[in-house]
Amino acid sequence: MGWHEGERTGCGATAALLCLLLTSCNRGILDPVGPVAAQEKQLLINSTAIMLAIIIPTMIATVAVAFWFRRGNAKAVYRPDWEYSGAVELVVWAIPAMTIMLLGGIAWIGSHALDPAKPLASSKPPLRVDVVSLDWKWLFIYPDQHLATVNQLVVPAGTPVSFRLTSATVWNVFFVPQMGTMIYTMPNMTTRLNLEADKQGVFWGRSAHFSGDGFPGMEFAVHSVPPQQFAAWANGAHGAGPVLDANAYKLLSQPTSYVKPMTYSNVAPGLFEAIASGKAPPPQQLPHSRPSPGPGTTGMTSNGLPSSPAKGSAK
Amino acid sequence: MSPIFGKLTWSAIPFQEPIPLVTSIVVILGLAAVAIWITRIRAWQFLWDEYITSTDHKKIGIMYIVLGLVMLVRGFADAIMMRAQQYFAVGPSQGYLNPEHYDQIFSAHGTIMIFFVAMPLVIGFMNFVVPLQLGVRDVAFPTLNNVSFWLAASGALLVNLSLFLGEFARTGWLAFPPLSEKAFSPGVGVDYYLVALQISGVGTVLTGVNFVTTILKIRAPGMSYLRMPVFCWTALAANLLIIAAFPVLTATLAMLMLDRYLGFHFFTNDGGGNSMLYMNLIWVWGHPEVYILVLPAFGIYSEVVATFSGKPLFGYRSMVFATLAICILSFTVWLHHFFTMGAGADVNAFFGIASMLIGIPTGVKIYNWLFTMYGGRVRFNVPMYYTIGFMLTFTLGGLTGVLLAIPPVDFVVHNSLFLVAHFHNVIIPGVVFAIFAGYHYWFPKAFGFTLDERLGKAGFWCWFVGFNLAFMPSYLLGFWGGTRRMQHISDPSWKPWLAVELLGACFIGAAIALTVWQLLYSIRTRDKRLDTTGDPWDGRTLEWLTLSPPPHYNFAVLPDVHGEEAYWHRKQKAIEREELIPEPDYKPIEMPLNTPTGVIVAFFASLCGFAIIWYIWWLAILGLVGAFAIFVWYAWRDEHEHVIPVEEVRDNARERRRIRMGALHTVSQSR
Amino acid sequence: MSTVSEAPAVGLTHGGSEDTGLGNRGPQSKSIVVPYGFWLFVLSDMVLFSALFATYASLVHATDGGPVTSQLFDRTNVAIETLALLVSSFICGLAMIAAKRQNLLWTQIWLALTGFFGFVFLVIELTEFAGMIRIGAGPQRSAFLSSFFTLVGCHGAHVTAGLMWIGTMMAQVWAKGFQPHIMRRLLCLSVFWHALDIIWVAIFTIVYLIGTLP
Repeated sequence: MGWHEGERTGCGATAALLCLLLTSCNRGILDPVGPVAAQEKQLLINSTAIMLAIIIPTMIATVAVAFWFRRGNAKAVYRPDWEYSGAVELVVWAIPAMTIMLLGGIAWIGSHALDPAKPLASSKPPLRVDVVSLDWKWLFIYPDQHLATVNQLVVPAGTPVSFRLTSATVWNVFFVPQMGTMIYTMPNMTTRLNLEADKQGVFWGRSAHFSGDGFPGMEFAVHSVPPQQFAAWANGAHGAGPVLDANAYKLLSQPTSYVKPMTYSNVAPGLFEAIASGKAPPPQQLPHSRPSPGPGTTGMTSNGLPSSPAKGSAK
Repeated sequence: MSPIFGKLTWSAIPFQEPIPLVTSIVVILGLAAVAIWITRIRAWQFLWDEYITSTDHKKIGIMYIVLGLVMLVRGFADAIMMRAQQYFAVGPSQGYLNPEHYDQIFSAHGTIMIFFVAMPLVIGFMNFVVPLQLGVRDVAFPTLNNVSFWLAASGALLVNLSLFLGEFARTGWLAFPPLSEKAFSPGVGVDYYLVALQISGVGTVLTGVNFVTTILKIRAPGMSYLRMPVFCWTALAANLLIIAAFPVLTATLAMLMLDRYLGFHFFTNDGGGNSMLYMNLIWVWGHPEVYILVLPAFGIYSEVVATFSGKPLFGYRSMVFATLAICILSFTVWLHHFFTMGAGADVNAFFGIASMLIGIPTGVKIYNWLFTMYGGRVRFNVPMYYTIGFMLTFTLGGLTGVLLAIPPVDFVVHNSLFLVAHFHNVIIPGVVFAIFAGYHYWFPKAFGFTLDERLGKAGFWCWFVGFNLAFMPSYLLGFWGGTRRMQHISDPSWKPWLAVELLGACFIGAAIALTVWQLLYSIRTRDKRLDTTGDPWDGRTLEWLTLSPPPHYNFAVLPDVHGEEAYWHRKQKAIEREELIPEPDYKPIEMPLNTPTGVIVAFFASLCGFAIIWYIWWLAILGLVGAFAIFVWYAWRDEHEHVIPVEEVRDNARERRRIRMGALHTVSQSR
Repeated sequence: MSTVSEAPAVGLTHGGSEDTGLGNRGPQSKSIVVPYGFWLFVLSDMVLFSALFATYASLVHATDGGPVTSQLFDRTNVAIETLALLVSSFICGLAMIAAKRQNLLWTQIWLALTGFFGFVFLVIELTEFAGMIRIGAGPQRSAFLSSFFTLVGCHGAHVTAGLMWIGTMMAQVWAKGFQPHIMRRLLCLSVFWHALDIIWVAIFTIVYLIGTLP
């Protein structure tokens, strides 16, 4: 009969998924590089395991019961009037209820422990970074270093980063999978996020909320470097290269996509606050159509920093 | 802007875009061919009398299902184009669709699949089944029912018109502002979306009113609440949700329209507008909408599993309670769609736990279906295939749903391909499989012959394998940081998985093709599978009491209900005593007249909607005036019913009794 | 209203049974079913208004530097407006009593007066709107004003629809007399008209009273 092929395919698919989960823990959110991402991955795995402990037996029981009580099986007892059992009812309500109680506790504790706005515990003072989503690129402002970068975020490894985020146009989501929690950037509103990268390396980030035709090109690279190298980079970049003033911002806010990383050597003070309160000059909105596509990647380098940050206006 | 044609110019027709242009031409030729065929077999009069103007809930249900299945093909065409684009547009390649086109396709896919596939199919089954199961002759407001259907069809028409004229929205299926505001989406795409949904939304609210009234006020004698089949309970819950949720959608979309047309500032970036408000309002509708679709689907599974196990549904009262619990809880969870908006930990945790609570009654349902099979004699017909396929895959969708309800987990998979995999994992097994189960289950009731089992099973396997191939890899891609709605993917290592997903989409395409083939084949060979008794599956609920197809009035005499599973007990008693109940006293029956109101109102609504989309104001006013005039004209009539003479009722009923006596004789012989 | 003399709902002239089971007597008559359905529709309308109220409540302070509530609303004006609507509702009740007594003349007079006071309400409302737009406080000025005009205007649109309905019903009563289906429609009309009162009381409190608190 056909149905027990169903069993094989169904369980096969589950088994395949499990294998994938186990064997490909080497990327994205399964390969965390900081405390936030690590805890979130742990929660994901724990919760999945708790539920699989209930669900796999249920799936097996479904197939087994359907098979055993098939019409052709003379050995199965037909009980045409068996439609209620208090004991069974108790069990079938209790199993999901207890599972959900357990997971609900996990959710409550996890929500508080991993609240994006909560500062991370660390001996080092956090690096402050202000994030602005533009059409369709990311502007990162370092208020303490008086620097700004586009589509490239350089952070010192092992130091918490405290983000303030807003959008100059439509909604986007700031997301670096390997660092954990994503968060919306919204016009006229400021969100907060605290992340940390313990490992050094280049991590891929992107917008995770559809924002228009140039959306796929809204990628950026996070360079996590040793603190000394970060300081050297900040010193070197400050004072050398274009300045992000009103004119440069106006140029930058033109709709472009697949923009190569670049650095501004100085930033007009109060730019983030002006954007977040809707007081910055509104970016050119029309036409909100696609710019000519770029080569397809943000120009991430294999390791460390790009040797010389690209200069000039966005592509 | 021209005062006569508004924004409409020749450039609205996509002459430069080969894909929509060719599609348009093919669709127009196809429609012309169908029209010519109908003319040649002289079926227009038949269609007008028997379907288009019909107030018969069964005919309206069939029209809804046809609409849903036709739109399923459209929505699937969008889906396979997206899967193909994702496969080709990896790394250096940009694929074959530019962002303008791709963004329209995923927006249209979501809009069509929810509003014009799932909703019409679910409402179609409620229409066909609920009055029969309640043992009555029609819904509370038959004319209104016809109007509801035609308004839904009008919305579907406008969405499809965007393919030929102008463009569709490029903002996703919920058109989040500020992206959907005039400043960022100046074209007619979002207007098509808004107007189409407003028109079909009015129809849906009227359906909700109609069915709640029907279920609460129009039932056969003795059919108390706790004797209603579970499908009727789930239909009641879904329609209560429609009444409570759809007006919010209407208000929200109306506000966005005011922003776009009259320069209001509800959700704009300037003027103090608040786009977060839209997110809240749309999901206050959006989450109950999920249960509007899935609760009736659960109802279908409950009917199927009881019938094909030859047992009453296990834990009937528990199922009813679980249904109502889901109905109420669904209004307390909307914030889980934006945990990553930065609300505080308490708020996130509250909504996370509230969302998980829905998992409890849903889990109970799974176990109750399992225990319904336990001790049964399970027959593996096509509906049962879909049911078991559902039980196996839906649990996984439930698992990932609970994962998404844990805020810190959602923080890393929100808006990702993991989410896409999750909601397809609940909607395809949860709703689409139910629709196919119901389609095979009730088809003989509607047309008097069963569908071919072999092709049906082949179709199931294509659906099942195709679904798993097309969406399971997305869970993994979501873990790798894959985001939804991407016209281009930069990481080449995803390509093998995208190939698997494309293959899965092809399997689903084969499943849809098999459905069409099965229908044509079954019609050609229907004489081999006629349902002569009206009870092909050894059913348990009242729809199997009448002949297939049932007469317009369903029951010559409304059945007396003496307990749960009204028909099953009546049947067992008849088999025991080897006789039917004594012949009752037949009387003439009043039935509602046919009415062209629905189709005319929808005509004016479409006209008015089209005019609003293109800023043709004189036509919009004409459409409104026309709709109002029709309304007054209809209300002026005095005759709303016609009488079926007692002779006709008696002759039909005696024929039914003769057939049933024969069937009873066969059963008694076989014992 | 008596249910015995009513025409039955869809095809339900017979088939009733003595053995009714748990008190269910089969399908209800049209005099029950029609107002019941209409009540459900009114409920769905109330849900629509609740969405507009929620929007108003969250945008009332989003004035974008424009005028605020206390600068715009005039309590006296609104009091007269409210009075007109309440009187209209009361008279609508009188019309229903006259209709129940099958008194054609008084039914028409009361219906006409109901419509008249509804019209007075609408004129005052539109005058208020026009005055606000004249001083630059139109719905395009700020999110607060957008939500104000939408909430109050939506109620006004309902009143307008009610006026059209009253006119239609007067014509129907005049042409067809007090047939059962006309009586059912009158009942629905009065339900609708009173429901608009309930919504207005909420608008009066939430928008105008709270908005003009010192």
